[in-house]
Amino acid sequence: MLFEALTLQLGYNATLVAVGAALLGVAAGVTGTFLFLRKRALVADAISHATLPGVGLAFIVMVLAGGDGRNLAGLMAGSALTAWGGLICVQAITRRTRLSEDAAIGAVLSVFFGAGIVLLTVIQTMSSGRQAGLDGLLLGSTAGMLRQDALMIAAGGALTLALVLILRRAMILVAFDSEYARSIGLRPDRVDMMTMLLVLAVTVVGLKIVGLILIVALLIIPPVTARFWTERSTRVAAYAGVVGGVSGYVGAALSASAPAMPTGPIIVLTCFVLFLLSLLLAPERGLLAAWLRHRRFQERVHIRQGLLALAQGQEVYEPLTIRLLVRKGLARRDGVPTEAGRARAAKALRDEHRWQALHGLAEYEAISGLYDGLRDIETVLTADQIDELDAVLGGPREVTP
Amino acid sequence: MTHLELAADHGRMVEAENLASSPLAIRGLTVSYGEKPAIFSVDATFEDGSMTAIIGPNGAGKSTLLKAALGVVRPLSGRVTVYGGPLEGARGRIAYVPQRASVDWDFPARVIDVVLMGLYRELGLLARVTGRHRSRAMDCLARVGMENFAHRQIGKLSGGQQQRVFLARALAQDADLYLLDEPFAGVDAATEKAIIDVLKALNAGGKTVVAVHHDLATVTEYFDRVFLINVRKVGEGPVESTFTGEALQKAYGGRLAVTQIDGLALGAV
Repeated sequence: MLFEALTLQLGYNATLVAVGAALLGVAAGVTGTFLFLRKRALVADAISHATLPGVGLAFIVMVLAGGDGRNLAGLMAGSALTAWGGLICVQAITRRTRLSEDAAIGAVLSVFFGAGIVLLTVIQTMSSGRQAGLDGLLLGSTAGMLRQDALMIAAGGALTLALVLILRRAMILVAFDSEYARSIGLRPDRVDMMTMLLVLAVTVVGLKIVGLILIVALLIIPPVTARFWTERSTRVAAYAGVVGGVSGYVGAALSASAPAMPTGPIIVLTCFVLFLLSLLLAPERGLLAAWLRHRRFQERVHIRQGLLALAQGQEVYEPLTIRLLVRKGLARRDGVPTEAGRARAAKALRDEHRWQALHGLAEYEAISGLYDGLRDIETVLTADQIDELDAVLGGPREVTP
Repeated sequence: MTHLELAADHGRMVEAENLASSPLAIRGLTVSYGEKPAIFSVDATFEDGSMTAIIGPNGAGKSTLLKAALGVVRPLSGRVTVYGGPLEGARGRIAYVPQRASVDWDFPARVIDVVLMGLYRELGLLARVTGRHRSRAMDCLARVGMENFAHRQIGKLSGGQQQRVFLARALAQDADLYLLDEPFAGVDAATEKAIIDVLKALNAGGKTVVAVHHDLATVTEYFDRVFLINVRKVGEGPVESTFTGEALQKAYGGRLAVTQIDGLALGAV
């Protein structure tokens, strides 16, 4: 079943949904990157929750006008309107009061969402509202998706994506250093506003497939996932597009392969799996890599400490230190150094003295700052420089076991 | 015309000349965060081709003065002219180096990406970054001794190296007026030397350099003019005549011991 779903053999509706979800995922991932880089991910939450009253109002207006209240284009237009209102409220509260942005977001999000729920409840009691199915827009519902819905989602996603590509350079500059951006003539407030409007567009486009509550996940998880794999902001955006697209496609296929699986939540969970894999396995920034790095560092510290202790004829008590020294063939289990261990210990102590000598010399000030107790002196000084230092220190001394 | 009117007329002409010839002239600038002015009615005329240190105690409004001059913060009142005209028309001639601590260095960018930001005005939104742009960015990195770090992630640099990258970004703008906010704060000796060498070379090439500076001990060595500020302007002029014990006492108040001042300033013996 899953294979058929992934290869688009589960029928017309499933294919529409999978392609639409993939496009939405790409647009959301790329757009969300700039929100993430600007450290304003939570604004997306306020925007998305503020779409709900718009959905209700649009339904009522369309029904009163004698039309079909479920027309997706109408619902999207209504949701965009109140989402924009919510965004303006967040900005006004942040700018004109002493409240911080997170407080403003919390207030706007809950008030708009509450108003939306009240409107939906009212609609439930209207005669034409019984089967409105508007609550499907909370978590996404793809069961009755039409060809024109899919086309609209595809077009909206593509348009958003194009605008993001055009504005990317300005958005990256403002996200990294908004004061500098202002100094060269950019208007950070306007660039921010554009970013928010693009996020708003993605939210509205995503209502049908993932729903307003989960769209935030599709905006934020892809860039966070992508960040694990690269140190360049344009690549974060590109990888986030891939993560979002794959999540949308695979998630939609998964939900189509079993009856009554909700599309939006499955897409988000697919995305989360990609995040989890990245969190654990990414080179450099992943948890596993960080743990290995820490372990290696700890081993270096223990071996160095052990060698210095041996060089000064002190006993090594720490079991881990002894284990490491034994493993490297530098000491025996009872803590007595081997031949190689004695040589290495003497060298470690010698280096320590050299570092100390270095510390007092003005011409080595920069190098002296590199001292961390672990570095071999040959990695920072030339052989000639070491000879010079040794001349200051006097000849090497024998280490007695 | 009466005598007084003539004098006033002459005053206006001198003022107009001052504004026209100065890379950066500030008149009556007041900036306030909340209801306490950070700077109050400040006049400043930075001279073309000069190298000026902005000096004053912590919280004196040194950084605010620069930011307001650039329109980064919005002043309550006052006027800024750049090369005799409005700021917006002259942005291409100004390069700003913000405080290093003002950005998040874990941002996903490499050294070269940051320097390329200095070419934004040239590139605009859409132009592709070509090899020519990259080699210009590399030249700027070479001038601050960072050409071997071009592809390093910016978070992996030391503080001094980060400061040099910021300077390289400003160099990429190829401006006439350089405004730097504490370029020597918390940097190592090698970086301090690299930065002052670059600034002096710019200055020797006729560029104007204005830097917020915190280390009174190096003022006479690095700069030819000083601007003293403590919310209000305290003094402005050549180092020899303005960087005096008296003026420092006025700017710093009791925060600077008299013996310290004697050791630093030129005028006090």
